[in-house]
Amino acid sequence: MTSMLPSITFRARQRRGDFVLDVAFEGGPGLTALFGPSGAGKTAILNIIAGTQRPDAGLVVVCGRILTDTDAGIYLPPHKRRVGLVFQDAQLFPHLTVEQNIKFGRWFTRADNTAPPLDLVTSVLGIGHLLKRRPATLSGGEKQRVALARALLSAPRILLMDEPLSGLDDARRIEIMGLIERVRDEFKIPIIYVTHTRDEVRRLATRVVRLNAGRVEAIGKAGDLLDS
Amino acid sequence: MLGFSPDEWTAIFLSLRVATVATLVALPFAILAAYALARWRFPGKILLDGALHLPLVMPPVVTGYLLLLTFGKQGPAGKLLNDLFGFSFSFRWTGAALACGVMGFPLMLRAIRLSFDMIDRRLEAAAGTLGASPGWRFLLVTLPLALPGIVVGAILCFAKALGEFGATITFVSNIPGETQTIPSAIYSYIQVPGGDAQALRLTCVSIVIAMAALIVSEILNRRIHRKIAVFE
Repeated sequence: MTSMLPSITFRARQRRGDFVLDVAFEGGPGLTALFGPSGAGKTAILNIIAGTQRPDAGLVVVCGRILTDTDAGIYLPPHKRRVGLVFQDAQLFPHLTVEQNIKFGRWFTRADNTAPPLDLVTSVLGIGHLLKRRPATLSGGEKQRVALARALLSAPRILLMDEPLSGLDDARRIEIMGLIERVRDEFKIPIIYVTHTRDEVRRLATRVVRLNAGRVEAIGKAGDLLDS
Repeated sequence: MLGFSPDEWTAIFLSLRVATVATLVALPFAILAAYALARWRFPGKILLDGALHLPLVMPPVVTGYLLLLTFGKQGPAGKLLNDLFGFSFSFRWTGAALACGVMGFPLMLRAIRLSFDMIDRRLEAAAGTLGASPGWRFLLVTLPLALPGIVVGAILCFAKALGEFGATITFVSNIPGETQTIPSAIYSYIQVPGGDAQALRLTCVSIVIAMAALIVSEILNRRIHRKIAVFE
């Protein structure tokens, strides 16, 4: 692994109406939490990393690979970025089975066999018994587990998670948090994790980027930042 | 056969052929136009939107006359096609299909566009982050999710094409065996004394075909919805 490099270097400036995003941070291995109230620009950062939003000016480098560099005129389209995005509401393909959903990304990245084995992912996430089902028949927690599996199997260089627990009840949240810990530790994929919930940061984050109104307020370890 | 005269059978089969060809040929254009209107931003979009919907609100005879001016023997497009490919629309069943396709097009376009509008764009974004290029996203996500609207649109166009009268008769006249579809045949029978029985029989045929088309569309739609369950 390219462990000497930061997993992600992010710098972006973007104006949308009254809202100005002006953020720079670096992420290492493990889980980097983007923490802050709604409207802080957390989701915009994920969109800029994923390539679904283009910053006015900025630089996005993931594991040594330049995804966006406005100065150099570099802008990779989303499908060439190799980022795994897990949405707040899963966004599973409703017309495909769970199995087809999780194999979707693997098929497009099949030339690169760095994806973890399907059996391992389904057993770690506990979705083996759901493979033949349709997304519409899954509970919220099951959907998130499938979404996580789908992202992992596309062999991403980095995993982006946008408040993946916000729609779930407490029992489900604790269960999925445990799974995210396992993904973080067993699959060794750097994770950028957007949340506004303290206990998620405390339990999951290796480091925290605290955001407010489009700016970085502080960067540091979870314990230090949350207690201040 | 079934008490229908050969002429009546001719009109029935011709109608089915005209409506099928009109629908199948118009379908890819309707999908493209619906996608463009739903997703792209370009100058003149409102004008294009309006122009494509014109056949819905103009008198059919006006549409037929415009087709005659454009695709008729003396029309610019008609001449071009004839000179280049030896292909002609005038007074042929292909002209009837063109008229029916143009008249049914807005109905199909509306249904398909509505279904494109209803798709959650983030599903396409998700497909993108999973490595699917725009073309694959369209084929594997957008198109299957729009399928209910595409089926409904195609059936509406087919039903409209079966019933089209004004534009067809204006453009390609009412020639038995070539351009005389069920509605024009009914019209002809009503014009002659003693033609009531035949007119009535063909009327029943129209009702049966139209009803069958609607039922088929409903069944297909339910089946697709059960499979897709877009509305979780």
